[in-house]
Amino acid sequence: MLKSTAAALVLATILPATAFAECVEVTQGNITVSAAWSRATIGTERPAVFYVTIRNDGGSDERLVGIETPVADMPMLHESVMENGAARMSHVDQIVIAPIDAVSLEPGGYHGMLMDLQTELVEGTTFPVTLLFEKSGPVTIDTAVLPLRAREAACEEAL
Amino acid sequence: MRRGALIRGGAGMVAAVGFMLAVGAWRSGDLPWQQQVTETVGTRGADLESMSWQLTSHEGERVSPQSWIGQTSLVFFGFTWCPDVCPMTLLNISDWLEELGPDADGLAVHLVSVDPERDTPEVLADYLSNFDPRISGLTGSPDEVAQAADDFNATYRRVPRDDGDYTVDHTAGVMVFDPDGRLSSIIDLHDDPKFAVPKIRRAMEREV
Repeated sequence: MLKSTAAALVLATILPATAFAECVEVTQGNITVSAAWSRATIGTERPAVFYVTIRNDGGSDERLVGIETPVADMPMLHESVMENGAARMSHVDQIVIAPIDAVSLEPGGYHGMLMDLQTELVEGTTFPVTLLFEKSGPVTIDTAVLPLRAREAACEEAL
Repeated sequence: MRRGALIRGGAGMVAAVGFMLAVGAWRSGDLPWQQQVTETVGTRGADLESMSWQLTSHEGERVSPQSWIGQTSLVFFGFTWCPDVCPMTLLNISDWLEELGPDADGLAVHLVSVDPERDTPEVLADYLSNFDPRISGLTGSPDEVAQAADDFNATYRRVPRDDGDYTVDHTAGVMVFDPDGRLSSIIDLHDDPKFAVPKIRRAMEREV
Protein backbone atom coordinates (compact mmCIF):
# COMPACT_ATOMS: atom_id res chain seq x y z
CA MET A 1 0.00 0.00 0.00
CA LEU A 2 2.69 2.40 1.11
CA LYS A 3 4.81 1.28 -1.82
CA SER A 4 2.10 1.92 -4.40
CA THR A 5 1.37 5.33 -2.88
CA ALA A 6 5.04 6.19 -3.13
CA ALA A 7 5.11 4.97 -6.72
CA ALA A 8 2.06 7.07 -7.55
CA LEU A 9 3.72 10.11 -6.00
CA VAL A 10 6.86 9.58 -8.06
CA LEU A 11 4.73 9.14 -11.17
CA ALA A 12 2.79 12.28 -10.33
CA THR A 13 5.97 14.33 -10.13
CA ILE A 14 7.45 12.87 -13.32
CA LEU A 15 4.35 13.04 -15.51
CA PRO A 16 4.12 16.83 -15.92
CA ALA A 17 7.67 16.91 -17.29
CA THR A 18 7.19 14.09 -19.76
CA ALA A 19 3.60 14.49 -20.97
CA PHE A 20 0.98 17.19 -20.86
CA ALA A 21 -2.24 16.39 -19.11
CA GLU A 22 -5.43 16.85 -21.04
CA CYS A 23 -6.83 20.36 -20.75
CA VAL A 24 -9.65 21.11 -18.37
CA GLU A 25 -12.71 21.85 -20.45
CA VAL A 26 -16.17 23.10 -19.62
CA THR A 27 -19.16 22.47 -21.89
CA GLN A 28 -22.41 24.35 -21.78
CA GLY A 29 -24.92 23.79 -24.56
CA ASN A 30 -23.05 24.01 -27.85
CA ILE A 31 -20.05 25.80 -26.37
CA THR A 32 -16.92 24.17 -24.97
CA VAL A 33 -14.16 26.26 -23.44
CA SER A 34 -10.76 24.75 -22.65
CA ALA A 35 -7.06 25.41 -22.14
CA ALA A 36 -7.55 28.58 -20.09
CA TRP A 37 -4.24 30.05 -19.00
CA SER A 38 -2.58 33.25 -17.91
CA ARG A 39 0.90 34.44 -17.03
CA ALA A 40 2.22 35.14 -13.56
CA THR A 41 2.39 38.84 -12.77
CA ILE A 42 4.92 40.96 -10.91
CA GLY A 43 2.69 42.64 -8.33
CA THR A 44 -0.69 44.04 -9.33
CA GLU A 45 0.19 47.19 -11.26
CA ARG A 46 0.49 45.63 -14.69
CA PRO A 47 -2.48 44.16 -16.54
CA ALA A 48 -2.59 40.37 -16.79
CA VAL A 49 -3.60 38.32 -19.82
CA PHE A 50 -6.17 35.60 -20.37
CA TYR A 51 -5.96 33.00 -23.13
CA VAL A 52 -8.50 30.26 -23.88
CA THR A 53 -9.88 28.08 -26.66
CA ILE A 54 -13.60 28.19 -27.49
CA ARG A 55 -15.35 25.58 -29.62
CA ASN A 56 -18.82 26.01 -31.08
CA ASP A 57 -20.56 22.70 -31.90
CA GLY A 58 -23.84 24.45 -32.71
CA GLY A 59 -25.36 25.24 -36.08
CA SER A 60 -25.15 29.02 -35.82
CA ASP A 61 -22.71 31.76 -34.82
CA GLU A 62 -22.00 32.26 -31.14
CA ARG A 63 -20.52 35.47 -29.75
CA LEU A 64 -18.21 36.00 -26.81
CA VAL A 65 -19.30 39.43 -25.58
CA GLY A 66 -17.29 39.82 -22.39
CA ILE A 67 -15.33 38.26 -19.55
CA GLU A 68 -15.52 38.59 -15.77
CA THR A 69 -13.14 37.51 -13.04
CA PRO A 70 -12.77 38.21 -9.34
CA VAL A 71 -9.03 38.91 -9.82
CA ALA A 72 -9.52 42.04 -11.97
CA ASP A 73 -11.98 44.92 -11.80
CA MET A 74 -11.68 45.79 -15.47
CA PRO A 75 -11.38 42.73 -17.69
CA MET A 76 -11.72 43.39 -21.41
CA LEU A 77 -11.47 41.59 -24.72
CA HIS A 78 -8.56 42.87 -26.79
CA GLU A 79 -6.81 42.10 -30.02
CA SER A 80 -3.18 42.74 -30.85
CA VAL A 81 -3.09 44.18 -34.34
CA MET A 82 -0.06 44.78 -36.53
CA GLU A 83 -0.24 47.83 -38.80
CA ASN A 84 2.73 49.02 -40.84
CA GLY A 85 5.10 47.22 -38.51
CA ALA A 86 3.56 48.70 -35.36
CA ALA A 87 1.76 46.73 -32.69
CA ARG A 88 -1.47 48.15 -31.42
CA MET A 89 -4.00 46.78 -28.99
CA SER A 90 -7.60 47.38 -29.81
CA HIS A 91 -10.66 46.74 -27.73
CA VAL A 92 -13.08 44.27 -29.31
CA ASP A 93 -16.79 44.27 -28.51
CA GLN A 94 -17.29 40.64 -29.42
CA ILE A 95 -15.51 37.61 -30.79
CA VAL A 96 -17.54 35.51 -33.21
CA ILE A 97 -17.20 31.73 -33.14
CA ALA A 98 -18.61 30.27 -36.37
CA PRO A 99 -20.64 27.05 -36.33
CA ILE A 100 -18.53 23.88 -35.98
CA ASP A 101 -15.45 25.99 -35.49
CA ALA A 102 -13.03 26.97 -32.75
CA VAL A 103 -11.41 30.28 -31.88
CA SER A 104 -8.34 30.62 -29.70
CA LEU A 105 -7.46 33.64 -27.63
CA GLU A 106 -3.68 33.30 -27.96
CA PRO A 107 -0.46 35.35 -27.86
CA GLY A 108 -0.30 37.93 -30.65
CA GLY A 109 -4.03 37.85 -31.41
CA TYR A 110 -7.23 37.94 -29.40
CA HIS A 111 -6.68 37.96 -25.66
CA GLY A 112 -8.40 38.88 -22.45
CA MET A 113 -6.78 41.87 -20.80
CA LEU A 114 -7.22 41.81 -17.03
CA MET A 115 -6.86 45.40 -15.89
CA ASP A 116 -7.12 46.81 -12.37
CA LEU A 117 -5.71 43.57 -11.05
CA GLN A 118 -6.83 42.92 -7.47
CA THR A 119 -4.31 40.25 -6.64
CA GLU A 120 -0.89 39.15 -7.88
CA LEU A 121 -1.19 36.10 -10.13
CA VAL A 122 1.13 33.48 -8.72
CA GLU A 123 2.55 30.69 -10.88
CA GLY A 124 0.98 27.32 -10.14
CA THR A 125 -2.32 28.72 -8.88
CA THR A 126 -5.65 28.99 -10.71
CA PHE A 127 -8.40 31.59 -10.79
CA PRO A 128 -11.89 31.53 -12.29
CA VAL A 129 -12.83 33.46 -15.41
CA THR A 130 -16.43 33.67 -16.58
CA LEU A 131 -16.92 33.98 -20.33
CA LEU A 132 -20.14 35.72 -21.30
CA PHE A 133 -21.73 34.26 -24.44
CA GLU A 134 -24.60 35.86 -26.28
CA LYS A 135 -26.64 32.65 -26.62
CA SER A 136 -25.09 30.15 -24.23
CA GLY A 137 -24.81 32.55 -21.30
CA PRO A 138 -21.98 32.60 -18.75
CA VAL A 139 -19.42 29.79 -18.69
CA THR A 140 -16.85 29.70 -15.90
CA ILE A 141 -13.47 27.98 -16.25
CA ASP A 142 -10.47 27.59 -13.95
CA THR A 143 -7.52 29.43 -15.44
CA ALA A 144 -3.99 28.12 -14.85
CA VAL A 145 -1.33 30.70 -13.94
CA LEU A 146 1.80 29.73 -15.88
CA PRO A 147 5.31 31.25 -15.66
CA LEU A 148 5.88 34.71 -17.16
CA ARG A 149 7.83 32.88 -19.88
CA ALA A 150 4.94 30.63 -20.95
CA ARG A 151 3.83 30.88 -24.56
CA GLU A 152 1.04 28.28 -24.62
CA ALA A 153 -1.22 26.25 -22.38
CA ALA A 154 0.58 23.56 -20.41
CA CYS A 155 -1.93 20.89 -21.35
CA GLU A 156 -3.02 18.85 -24.34
CA GLU A 157 -5.96 20.32 -26.19
CA ALA A 158 -8.52 17.71 -27.13
CA LEU A 159 -10.02 19.81 -29.90
CA MET B 1 -4.69 18.83 -14.29
CA ARG B 2 -6.48 15.54 -14.85
CA ARG B 3 -3.67 13.07 -15.38
CA GLY B 4 -6.04 10.08 -15.38
CA ALA B 5 -7.56 11.36 -18.59
CA LEU B 6 -4.31 10.62 -20.41
CA ILE B 7 -4.87 6.92 -20.06
CA ARG B 8 -8.34 7.06 -21.55
CA GLY B 9 -8.32 5.40 -24.97
CA GLY B 10 -10.24 8.23 -26.59
CA ALA B 11 -7.66 10.84 -25.76
CA GLY B 12 -5.14 9.36 -28.20
CA MET B 13 -7.63 9.42 -31.04
CA VAL B 14 -8.64 12.97 -30.31
CA ALA B 15 -5.00 14.03 -30.14
CA ALA B 16 -4.33 12.31 -33.47
CA VAL B 17 -7.20 14.18 -35.12
CA GLY B 18 -5.92 17.42 -33.59
CA PHE B 19 -2.49 16.72 -35.02
CA MET B 20 -3.92 16.12 -38.50
CA LEU B 21 -5.84 19.40 -38.28
CA ALA B 22 -2.63 21.15 -37.26
CA VAL B 23 -0.79 19.61 -40.22
CA GLY B 24 -3.62 20.81 -42.45
CA ALA B 25 -3.23 24.38 -41.18
CA TRP B 26 0.53 24.12 -41.70
CA ARG B 27 0.20 22.93 -45.29
CA SER B 28 -2.35 25.53 -46.26
CA GLY B 29 0.01 28.25 -44.98
CA ASP B 30 -2.64 29.62 -42.63
CA LEU B 31 -0.40 29.96 -39.61
CA PRO B 32 0.47 33.59 -38.89
CA TRP B 33 4.23 33.20 -39.25
CA GLN B 34 3.86 31.52 -42.64
CA GLN B 35 2.65 34.73 -44.19
CA GLN B 36 5.07 36.50 -46.50
CA VAL B 37 7.05 39.22 -44.79
CA THR B 38 8.81 41.99 -46.60
CA GLU B 39 11.93 43.55 -45.21
CA THR B 40 11.59 47.26 -44.80
CA VAL B 41 15.07 48.69 -44.68
CA GLY B 42 14.84 52.43 -45.16
CA THR B 43 17.57 54.97 -45.10
CA ARG B 44 16.69 56.42 -41.71
CA GLY B 45 17.52 54.15 -38.81
CA ALA B 46 19.95 52.28 -41.00
CA ASP B 47 23.25 53.20 -39.39
CA LEU B 48 24.22 53.35 -35.71
CA GLU B 49 27.13 55.70 -36.47
CA SER B 50 24.77 58.44 -37.56
CA MET B 51 22.53 58.20 -34.48
CA SER B 52 22.79 60.55 -31.51
CA TRP B 53 20.58 59.06 -28.77
CA GLN B 54 21.74 58.39 -25.25
CA LEU B 55 19.87 56.07 -22.89
CA THR B 56 20.30 54.44 -19.47
CA SER B 57 20.52 50.66 -19.15
CA HIS B 58 18.64 48.56 -16.59
CA GLU B 59 21.94 48.41 -14.75
CA GLY B 60 22.11 52.20 -14.58
CA GLU B 61 24.83 52.67 -17.20
CA ARG B 62 24.70 55.35 -19.88
CA VAL B 63 24.67 53.85 -23.38
CA SER B 64 25.18 55.45 -26.78
CA PRO B 65 24.84 53.89 -30.25
CA GLN B 66 28.58 54.08 -30.91
CA SER B 67 29.16 51.72 -27.94
CA TRP B 68 27.45 48.96 -29.93
CA ILE B 69 29.89 49.09 -32.82
CA GLY B 70 31.99 45.93 -32.98
CA GLN B 71 29.25 43.49 -32.10
CA THR B 72 25.98 42.34 -33.63
CA SER B 73 23.03 44.03 -31.93
CA LEU B 74 19.34 43.22 -31.77
CA VAL B 75 17.08 46.15 -30.88
CA PHE B 76 13.36 46.27 -30.32
CA PHE B 77 10.87 48.68 -28.79
CA GLY B 78 8.38 47.72 -26.11
CA PHE B 79 7.34 48.28 -22.51
CA THR B 80 6.88 46.12 -19.46
CA TRP B 81 3.20 46.97 -18.97
CA CYS B 82 2.49 45.36 -22.36
CA PRO B 83 0.78 42.03 -21.60
CA ASP B 84 0.67 40.28 -24.98
CA VAL B 85 3.07 41.31 -27.75
CA CYS B 86 6.13 42.20 -25.63
CA PRO B 87 6.38 38.94 -23.65
CA MET B 88 5.96 37.18 -27.01
CA THR B 89 8.87 39.13 -28.52
CA LEU B 90 11.04 38.47 -25.46
CA LEU B 91 10.21 34.75 -25.65
CA ASN B 92 10.98 34.64 -29.38
CA ILE B 93 14.35 36.29 -28.78
CA SER B 94 15.09 33.90 -25.90
CA ASP B 95 14.43 31.00 -28.32
CA TRP B 96 16.76 32.47 -30.95
CA LEU B 97 19.51 32.93 -28.37
CA GLU B 98 19.07 29.35 -27.26
CA GLU B 99 19.30 28.11 -30.85
CA LEU B 100 22.41 30.21 -31.50
CA GLY B 101 23.99 28.65 -28.41
CA PRO B 102 27.50 29.91 -27.58
CA ASP B 103 27.48 31.97 -30.81
CA ALA B 104 24.93 34.26 -29.13
CA ASP B 105 27.53 35.34 -26.57
CA GLY B 106 28.83 37.84 -29.12
CA LEU B 107 25.35 39.37 -29.45
CA ALA B 108 23.93 42.39 -27.68
CA VAL B 109 20.15 42.42 -27.23
CA HIS B 110 18.33 45.60 -26.21
CA LEU B 111 14.75 46.40 -25.32
CA VAL B 112 14.16 50.15 -25.63
CA SER B 113 11.20 51.15 -23.46
CA VAL B 114 8.56 53.36 -25.04
CA ASP B 115 7.13 53.92 -21.56
CA PRO B 116 9.88 55.80 -19.69
CA GLU B 117 7.34 57.13 -17.19
CA ARG B 118 6.80 53.66 -15.69
CA ASP B 119 9.85 51.76 -16.95
CA THR B 120 12.66 53.07 -14.77
CA PRO B 121 15.98 51.19 -14.87
CA GLU B 122 14.96 49.39 -11.64
CA VAL B 123 11.58 48.33 -13.08
CA LEU B 124 13.27 47.08 -16.26
CA ALA B 125 15.81 45.09 -14.24
CA ASP B 126 13.06 43.46 -12.18
CA TYR B 127 11.03 42.54 -15.26
CA LEU B 128 13.92 41.33 -17.42
CA SER B 129 15.15 39.03 -14.64
CA ASN B 130 12.37 36.70 -15.85
CA PHE B 131 13.88 36.36 -19.33
CA ASP B 132 17.23 35.50 -20.95
CA PRO B 133 19.90 37.36 -18.95
CA ARG B 134 21.57 38.49 -22.20
CA ILE B 135 18.61 40.84 -22.88
CA SER B 136 19.25 44.32 -21.54
CA GLY B 137 16.74 47.13 -21.08
CA LEU B 138 17.16 50.78 -22.03
CA THR B 139 15.17 53.77 -20.86
CA GLY B 140 15.62 57.49 -20.29
CA SER B 141 13.78 60.77 -20.06
CA PRO B 142 10.78 61.14 -22.41
CA ASP B 143 12.96 63.33 -24.66
CA GLU B 144 15.77 60.79 -24.73
CA VAL B 145 13.38 57.98 -25.67
CA ALA B 146 11.80 60.17 -28.36
CA GLN B 147 15.25 60.83 -29.81
CA ALA B 148 16.08 57.11 -29.84
CA ALA B 149 12.80 56.22 -31.55
CA ASP B 150 13.39 58.91 -34.14
CA ASP B 151 16.94 57.70 -34.78
CA PHE B 152 15.73 54.10 -35.24
CA ASN B 153 12.80 55.23 -37.38
CA ALA B 154 10.47 53.63 -34.83
CA THR B 155 7.12 55.00 -33.77
CA TYR B 156 5.19 54.87 -30.52
CA ARG B 157 2.04 56.51 -29.29
CA ARG B 158 0.60 56.79 -25.82
CA VAL B 159 -3.06 55.75 -25.82
CA PRO B 160 -5.18 56.74 -22.79
CA ARG B 161 -7.65 54.21 -21.44
CA ASP B 162 -11.09 54.83 -19.96
CA ASP B 163 -9.91 54.29 -16.39
CA GLY B 164 -7.21 56.96 -16.56
CA ASP B 165 -4.46 54.44 -17.20
CA TYR B 166 -2.74 54.18 -20.58
CA THR B 167 -1.16 51.75 -23.00
CA VAL B 168 1.43 52.38 -25.74
CA ASP B 169 1.26 51.40 -29.41
CA HIS B 170 4.73 50.84 -30.82
CA THR B 171 6.90 49.50 -33.64
CA ALA B 172 7.14 45.76 -33.07
CA GLY B 173 9.93 44.35 -35.25
CA VAL B 174 13.38 43.34 -34.03
CA MET B 175 16.12 45.30 -35.81
CA VAL B 176 19.38 43.48 -36.47
CA PHE B 177 22.55 45.60 -36.75
CA ASP B 178 25.84 44.15 -37.95
CA PRO B 179 29.15 44.84 -36.15
CA ASP B 180 29.78 47.81 -38.46
CA GLY B 181 26.58 49.37 -37.08
CA ARG B 182 24.58 48.95 -40.26
CA LEU B 183 20.99 47.73 -40.24
CA SER B 184 21.16 44.18 -41.60
CA SER B 185 17.50 43.12 -41.36
CA ILE B 186 14.28 43.46 -39.42
CA ILE B 187 12.66 40.37 -37.92
CA ASP B 188 8.91 40.78 -37.91
CA LEU B 189 6.82 39.54 -35.01
CA HIS B 190 5.06 37.04 -37.23
CA ASP B 191 8.15 36.04 -39.19
CA ASP B 192 8.65 32.30 -39.52
CA PRO B 193 10.99 31.44 -36.60
CA LYS B 194 13.20 29.43 -38.95
CA PHE B 195 14.14 32.61 -40.82
CA ALA B 196 15.01 34.60 -37.70
CA VAL B 197 18.22 32.83 -36.72
CA PRO B 198 19.70 32.89 -40.27
CA LYS B 199 19.02 36.64 -40.37
CA ILE B 200 21.02 37.07 -37.17
CA ARG B 201 23.79 34.80 -38.43
CA ARG B 202 23.99 36.81 -41.64
CA ALA B 203 24.64 39.97 -39.63
CA MET B 204 27.19 38.17 -37.44
CA GLU B 205 29.12 36.90 -40.47
CA ARG B 206 30.23 40.45 -41.17
CA GLU B 207 32.39 40.22 -38.09
CA VAL B 208 36.02 40.07 -39.14
